[in-house]
Amino acid sequence: MTTYLLLLISTALVNNVVLVKFLGLCPFMGVSKNMDSALGMGLATTFVITLACGASWMLEHWLLEPFDLVYLRILTFILVIAATVQFVEMVVKKSAPALYQALGIYLPLITTNCAVLGLALLTVQEKMSFIDTLVYGFGSALGFTLVMLMFAGLRERLALANVPAAFSGAPVSFILASLLSLAFMGFAGLNFQ
Amino acid sequence: MLIAILSLTLLGSLLGLGLGVAAKKFHVEGDPLTAEIEALMPGSNCGQCGFPGCPGAAAAIADGSAPVTVCPPGGKALAQALAAKLGISIDLGEVADQGPQIAAVAEEICIGCCRCIKVCPTDAILGAAKQIHNVIREACTGCGNCIDRCPTEAMTMQPVPVTLQHWIWPKPEMVGA
Repeated sequence: MTTYLLLLISTALVNNVVLVKFLGLCPFMGVSKNMDSALGMGLATTFVITLACGASWMLEHWLLEPFDLVYLRILTFILVIAATVQFVEMVVKKSAPALYQALGIYLPLITTNCAVLGLALLTVQEKMSFIDTLVYGFGSALGFTLVMLMFAGLRERLALANVPAAFSGAPVSFILASLLSLAFMGFAGLNFQ
Repeated sequence: MLIAILSLTLLGSLLGLGLGVAAKKFHVEGDPLTAEIEALMPGSNCGQCGFPGCPGAAAAIADGSAPVTVCPPGGKALAQALAAKLGISIDLGEVADQGPQIAAVAEEICIGCCRCIKVCPTDAILGAAKQIHNVIREACTGCGNCIDRCPTEAMTMQPVPVTLQHWIWPKPEMVGA
């Protein structure tokens, strides 16, 4: 049990997918203008990443490795990810039309979110067990959601701040992202011994 | 080789089947009125109305947040058709309509920079670098995107030239008017 807890903390905070591994920066910048859509995007991505990691493990161990097809890894993983995203899009459109409107183009773009494919490839390369893979994917996705929420909250306050004209809009958001990244580097000093 | 093809085919068809079932299960009934309005719109998604393309404008017209006169390329004809479809009356005098217009290139000042080609939503502009461009009249929807892009002001909006396909018999002149 402690292993899984440590894995969760490690993936969500210490090796945060956005701020430490620099994956998935497109939605990080694109959908972080308000808290509601950031939370929706985070949850949708969490669902996709967890499912994609699990599916990738099954593909790798039941199809690619036994039949010596490891060179088809990226192709098959992208196929599964695209199908999962399509499924999530249908579910969101049916169950939460407002969220569907708010996420707009970024919802189908989860397919090309490099965090999803990156995590699926990482878990396979690390040769983790199935449960470890799921926890790793879920933890990373939680980290993604957490960072999206923090960044959206900060940007909401930043919108009210008096920023010099040359820095207003995207530039100050990039500075904010780098400061947040620096802060997350501090988690590397966590020690549980 | 064979097993790779077979396994990918199987995987693809399984996922496709799954998505097909999910699409039936999670089917959302779209507003039929929106679809009907969208069918009337020009469909070039030029964005002059300020909505994300013709589907966005159609949805806004259907829920009443946009007037039927919102579409500049559609002009009076579209406004009239939409008003008839929605059963509302509009004052067509408000619609600034100089008749349908399409883009035209002034050949003596075109420098062949290709900028207008890149913004044309219907690929109606023909040309290459340092070659004088021209507009394919049948393809131009008159969205006007290219006008601002031209560095030499060679692109202008011109009334659709009268051809055999367009010519209509002029209305009889009013006696004593």
